[in-house]
Amino acid sequence: MNSIRIRLFVILMTATGAVWLSAFVWIQQSTRADVERVLDARLAEAVHMVSSLISDQRIDVASAATMLTDGAGLPEELTGDYSHRLSCQIWSLDGTLVGRSGSAPDGRLSAQDTGFTDSTVNGEEWRVYSVINEALGVRVMVGDSHTVRDRLVRDVTTGLIVPALLILPVLAALIWLSVQRGLLPLDRLARGLTQRTADNLTPVAVDTMPHEIRPVGTALNGLFARVSAARARETAFTSFAAHELKTPLAGIKTQAQVAMRATDAETRTGALTRIQSGVDRTDRMVRQLLSLASVDSTQNSLDAQVNIVAILRDTVDDLSRLAAAKNVSIDLPHSTDRTLRGDPVLMAVALRNVIENAIAAAPAGSEITITLEAIDDRLRICVMDRGPGIADEDRARVTDRFFRGAGATASGSGLGLAIVKTAIERLGARLSFSPRPDGGEVVCLDFDGSI
Amino acid sequence: MRILIVEDDATLADGLSVGLRLSGFTPEPVETCADADAALAQGGFAAVVLDIMLPDGSGLDILRRMRKRDDPTPALLLTALDQVRDRIAGLDLGADDYLGKPFDLDEVAARLRSIVRRAEGRAHADLAWNGLSVDPARMSGTHKNREIAFSPREFVILRALLERPGAILSKSTLEDRLYGWQEGIESNAVEVHIHKLRAKLGADFIQTVRGAGYKLSGETA
Repeated sequence: MNSIRIRLFVILMTATGAVWLSAFVWIQQSTRADVERVLDARLAEAVHMVSSLISDQRIDVASAATMLTDGAGLPEELTGDYSHRLSCQIWSLDGTLVGRSGSAPDGRLSAQDTGFTDSTVNGEEWRVYSVINEALGVRVMVGDSHTVRDRLVRDVTTGLIVPALLILPVLAALIWLSVQRGLLPLDRLARGLTQRTADNLTPVAVDTMPHEIRPVGTALNGLFARVSAARARETAFTSFAAHELKTPLAGIKTQAQVAMRATDAETRTGALTRIQSGVDRTDRMVRQLLSLASVDSTQNSLDAQVNIVAILRDTVDDLSRLAAAKNVSIDLPHSTDRTLRGDPVLMAVALRNVIENAIAAAPAGSEITITLEAIDDRLRICVMDRGPGIADEDRARVTDRFFRGAGATASGSGLGLAIVKTAIERLGARLSFSPRPDGGEVVCLDFDGSI
Repeated sequence: MRILIVEDDATLADGLSVGLRLSGFTPEPVETCADADAALAQGGFAAVVLDIMLPDGSGLDILRRMRKRDDPTPALLLTALDQVRDRIAGLDLGADDYLGKPFDLDEVAARLRSIVRRAEGRAHADLAWNGLSVDPARMSGTHKNREIAFSPREFVILRALLERPGAILSKSTLEDRLYGWQEGIESNAVEVHIHKLRAKLGADFIQTVRGAGYKLSGETA
């Protein structure tokens, strides 16, 4: 059941119904007990009265039983449904019927000599009280029909249940209205949220909320804050990306126009060559942007068991052609496999960009050295090149998105180290740069080695 | 017209240089704010084309420094940020015009001519002298009811002379204007182009001032 309203209504109705039902059962039981007690007392009284009357010889035994004849001489209004049809039988001790009232059956009311019994005579249930009158040698039995008793109890409980059933719909309506009213703040919140436009991420007013739904409001506001921060990051990223792509596009367009109007072959060839390298650069930039966007948003679990040494070997293999084209060699010492916890894609992206940077910076004929070092339970991977290194004034900004140092190569997108930084942060690792004492740059990645 | 181009993207800077040269300008590209400040301090530019995002700062800062030292050189901003507020910021800082990337080379040339013309206080685009009327946009003109077309290099020299009629321009000044052509300057380039101009405009349109340089002849009409 997905509606709080219906859920509350059903719970309240069930609880109310259960209370009513048990009250009803209780009243019915106690009414029955009371009725039984009072009527039993009357039975006993009647028996003793008949018995004492015949003992005193005030009436003869044969007609004594008829004195209890049904409502004799009583006005009609007193002999309604409840006119108590007592039946009396007087039996001699040897078992002959001496006398009986008109309403009494022919059969013996009770097999027992004294006290109360329940018996069935001719298919009718009787409650009977008997005494033995020793002096006269007779048994006096007075009984009344269970049907009458049952009707009495039934009438009392019916009188109770009819108004209850009539009131029930009114109660249901009241409960429904109360639930409705109680849920009004929730409705108001829902209405406010439904009417919002997609870009409305202003916090909802928590102070005026009832404190039951205040946690919801607070959680919503937290979500709004996170969404708008993510959106701001995305907007900044898109506008930067657009800006960074427009410049090479402007270059390509300008070179194309130069090629179209150039009168000499040399100018035209020069322009076409630059168009080609401009397209290459733009392509690299787009790839880097996509890579950064995926590193930014990757939802991969960071719990995979990753063999970082294997990833490092694969990355170096991949880049060996690029290095060879620049006449740069990569020295990767053989080392045993090492398994870390993290995401293999992020690790590969980080390592690849660091090594690519080193290749780009390395002068022809030089060597790039990669070291693997286990310090306590940490793993440190360092990539060292013989390039010009990072200028001191640029050191703080090298991992900024789109930052390109004054000595940057024409093909750089300014995104490589930003990608590394993002990937490393997501992996919970650390990235550090330091100048090499004898020239070049050292880039180190520190991974937490505990698995 | 010498134009300073401040742009760090090599492909774009090269395209602008070559393209503007083909349109009869004399562009000089620099890549950084520092180089731009140094070049502007020497002066002599008819206009400056400024990129905003540069490796060592913002083109807007170059502009701010120029206007602060009362350098009136007209400035054309190249911007990839298409936000209105960026354009407003640029114009308020003293830029004369802006262009969003990517742009059309012809439009860059037209806007440069326009801001230079305004800076010189001329309402008409045409340069005129002694029966010659030149349309810089087409690098052609009419002389004595004859349609004449000029090569970009001829036009660079003619325009330099037309900008200051009567003034004597030295051979090295004119060489400076031609500076930057990728084939380099042959030692007699100026003489070659003056010769070609005289063939088109008549021998006495440009006078040689011995030992000093060249100037336009006085108006005869």
